[in-house]
Amino acid sequence: MSELPTPLKSIVTPVRLEYDHSAGAAATGFLRGLKQKKILGARTGPGEPVLVPPRGADPRTSELAAELVEVSDKGTVVTYSVVRVPSENIPFELPYVCVTVLLDGANLGFFHVLQNCPLDEVRIGMRVQAHWLPDDELQENLASIQYFEPIDEPDVPFDRIKEYA
Amino acid sequence: MRDVAIVSFAQSNAAREDRNEVEILLPVVKAAVADSKLERSEIGFTCSGSSDFLQGQPFAFVMALDGVGAWPPIKESHVEMDGAWALYEAWVKIQTGEVDSALVYAFGKTSSGDLAEVQALQLDPYCATQLWPDADSIAGIQARLYLERSGRSERDLAEVAARSLRDAQSNPHAVAKGDFDAAKLLAEPYRSTPLRDHDCPANSDGATAMVVVAGERAKALCDRPVWIRGFDHRIDPPALGARDLTRAPSAEIAAGRAGVGDAAVDFAELSAPYTHQELILREALGLGDEVRVNPSGGTLCAHTMMSCGLNRIGDAARRLAEGDGDRAVAHASQGHCLQQNLVCVLEGE
Amino acid sequence: MANLCGVVGIGQTKYDAKRIDVSMPGLVREAALRALEDADLDFSDIDAVVIGKAPDTFEGVMLPENYLADALGATGKPLLRVHTAGSVGGSTANVAISLITAGIHDRVLTLSWEKQSESNAMWGLTVSPPFSVAVVAGAGGFFAPLIRSYIRRSGAPEDTGIRTALKDRQNALKNPYAHLRIEDVDFDKIASSPMLWDPIRYLESCPSSDGACAMVLAREELAEKAPTPAAWVHGMSMRSEPTQFPGRDSVNPVAGQLAARDLYRQAGITNPRQEIDCAEIYVPFSWFEAMWMENLGFAPENEGWKMVYEGATALDGDFPVNMSGGVLSSNAIGASGMIRYAEAAMQVRGQAGEHQVEGARKAMGHAYGGGSQYFSMCLLGKDKP
Repeated sequence: MSELPTPLKSIVTPVRLEYDHSAGAAATGFLRGLKQKKILGARTGPGEPVLVPPRGADPRTSELAAELVEVSDKGTVVTYSVVRVPSENIPFELPYVCVTVLLDGANLGFFHVLQNCPLDEVRIGMRVQAHWLPDDELQENLASIQYFEPIDEPDVPFDRIKEYA
Repeated sequence: MRDVAIVSFAQSNAAREDRNEVEILLPVVKAAVADSKLERSEIGFTCSGSSDFLQGQPFAFVMALDGVGAWPPIKESHVEMDGAWALYEAWVKIQTGEVDSALVYAFGKTSSGDLAEVQALQLDPYCATQLWPDADSIAGIQARLYLERSGRSERDLAEVAARSLRDAQSNPHAVAKGDFDAAKLLAEPYRSTPLRDHDCPANSDGATAMVVVAGERAKALCDRPVWIRGFDHRIDPPALGARDLTRAPSAEIAAGRAGVGDAAVDFAELSAPYTHQELILREALGLGDEVRVNPSGGTLCAHTMMSCGLNRIGDAARRLAEGDGDRAVAHASQGHCLQQNLVCVLEGE
Repeated sequence: MANLCGVVGIGQTKYDAKRIDVSMPGLVREAALRALEDADLDFSDIDAVVIGKAPDTFEGVMLPENYLADALGATGKPLLRVHTAGSVGGSTANVAISLITAGIHDRVLTLSWEKQSESNAMWGLTVSPPFSVAVVAGAGGFFAPLIRSYIRRSGAPEDTGIRTALKDRQNALKNPYAHLRIEDVDFDKIASSPMLWDPIRYLESCPSSDGACAMVLAREELAEKAPTPAAWVHGMSMRSEPTQFPGRDSVNPVAGQLAARDLYRQAGITNPRQEIDCAEIYVPFSWFEAMWMENLGFAPENEGWKMVYEGATALDGDFPVNMSGGVLSSNAIGASGMIRYAEAAMQVRGQAGEHQVEGARKAMGHAYGGGSQYFSMCLLGKDKP
């Protein structure tokens, strides 16, 4: 009787799926703004909180947040983390700092990366500004903002931002 | 069991949407809640159905929360299934007595990915997926077996299509509709034998929402509440070679448990993406030739995956609410070749 | 609760990085068969199956439960698939419990699983929504800034997380099913492990595991006949809130607080710290133990870290948490929530072996998911409510 072959323990099935995603009206406005070196948030109406990036609806009320509002590309770090985990999709050298920035004029933290700051100087309350791609390289996606970097402005006291932290 | 009624229903279907899933869903949920005459905060439970792989994003259902009134925090759950099963989970929740009403919604865009590839991932991952068979071909195998076993013909299938497309003309939410002649349809080329284009579902993007309420309260909220009198769902084995594809045993069991045969059925809304599957389901549910099937045009005319089953229930409820009948059967299915089936018996007040 | 529900059978698989010895059906069956054996039942005694798992991208199979139907003895039965992100193991059990308390079924098999070695969990969790740029990889990258916020507002000492990790890893040595069992673990080993996303170190993070957990639930009259006394459901709750909005507290989410209050109200508990004997809480990164102690009302705001420091949450403390080693020791994402419920049930049934809390009569199971926005929890008791 012939020997049975070694049992197969696993197989590899390469899968490649391509999807066509619709940005939606809110994101479209935001992405077009990036190409013009602007950060646009959205709100449900005048005087209402500005959400950056726009999410389509204001989650607290589920009302359509369709009014686009420009916010500053300067802001305050409300929290952060130093990252040492590599990933093939991420272009930054390790270690790098990811930050949540409360942009001036916005009511929601914006998640991005901090560069050009020694690790031991990263702190909650520090002031930062977006570093954009050169004008002729700006695109309709978040990569137009390469990173945030520190600017020479006094720290914001924790009490003023703790609601966003 | 507590009596639960459907008090409102809203849907949206389009062959292809440029809006994203949340944008499609928001107005549909808003309409269903408004039509229910309940305050959003009064609705006790929220449950939804959707699929990550359909959407091309893990945790896809999370972003929908922004648009459905989840603040202050809500009792909420989600099934990776057609919204019809989300309705089932909501109905169960009401039966526990913990809540008295529920908002159920579902959404999906069949246009974003290559549906054939996406659905091939729903097969045996060791022996079948790698062949990358598309759903139409798999359905074709079932159709071939069914025609042989039943003695029905391709003409019978074309007649299901012609009737559905004709009826769909009065349904603003159907994406395929028109006056077609069965003989002319038969002259068209095959897509995957014995199925032609008209035998296969018209894929669409959309969202659906429904509000259900327990007990007497329902009578105060709408002119004619539609009561869920029977509700059951079952599943058959997955392997295509391991079961009789010409029958739907799980649909038969569910129909029996839901009490389909307990009284006369005025019409049925069956979620059969393929024409031959309507005939298989008629048999399984014990629906005689006199029962009108899919007056809305059915899933054949609007296949918004993950919400088409809920649409059948909603379309049936709407028809009863408008007084066009008193007792109807609604059905949802999932998995290739009617592997999993849900049956819901509805009665107008 | 209309009808009483008892947990009469519990089964878990050995959790490991790659369970290459079994296929997906084999994995779920391992847990299901153990649960049935524990209950002295077989598949024909089960009326319905409720199954849960996290995103299908973790295995590369769409709606895999359709494929698993016969492996789970579900042919001809109702089968529901729940998916509520990380909390899914808990919410799956909640749905199964509802089927019993609503009087719809007599016995339900509920199972949660993940065989995430089949695909790539890190990739799956690096949610790069369309039109967005991935800034950080993995769930830890999302949670680390929240932990930094917690440290800022509470003033907790920086080694709080290490202490929790040490406790959980020592507990895992008493749990034969646990994935990570580090024999020579000590404070320094954890403290010197690589920092991943500050302040989360490698040994303060959950592993990526394959595994499944199953429970058999029964209605009162049937549960009374279970060979090992049933764990009785005293309450269960769930709450969800949106991911991000102005004014949201993502560190101490309102949804978690409300779900806990609802749970205690159902179970007739007015002083949770005193009346609950132990808890299995979803802690995927060490610091979450301190944070959840506050969120769940076991410690006042900003003082959860003190429970860790006092040793209250240790196996021999006055409020043991994660006796099984917790999510830090085994994290098959879809299964983890149900494992918490199952381990809590094991405690009140006296089945926890070396990690048993002596005399445990009331135990809590807890799960959370998404951006700390989905919460499900339950309370199990040795006695009927």
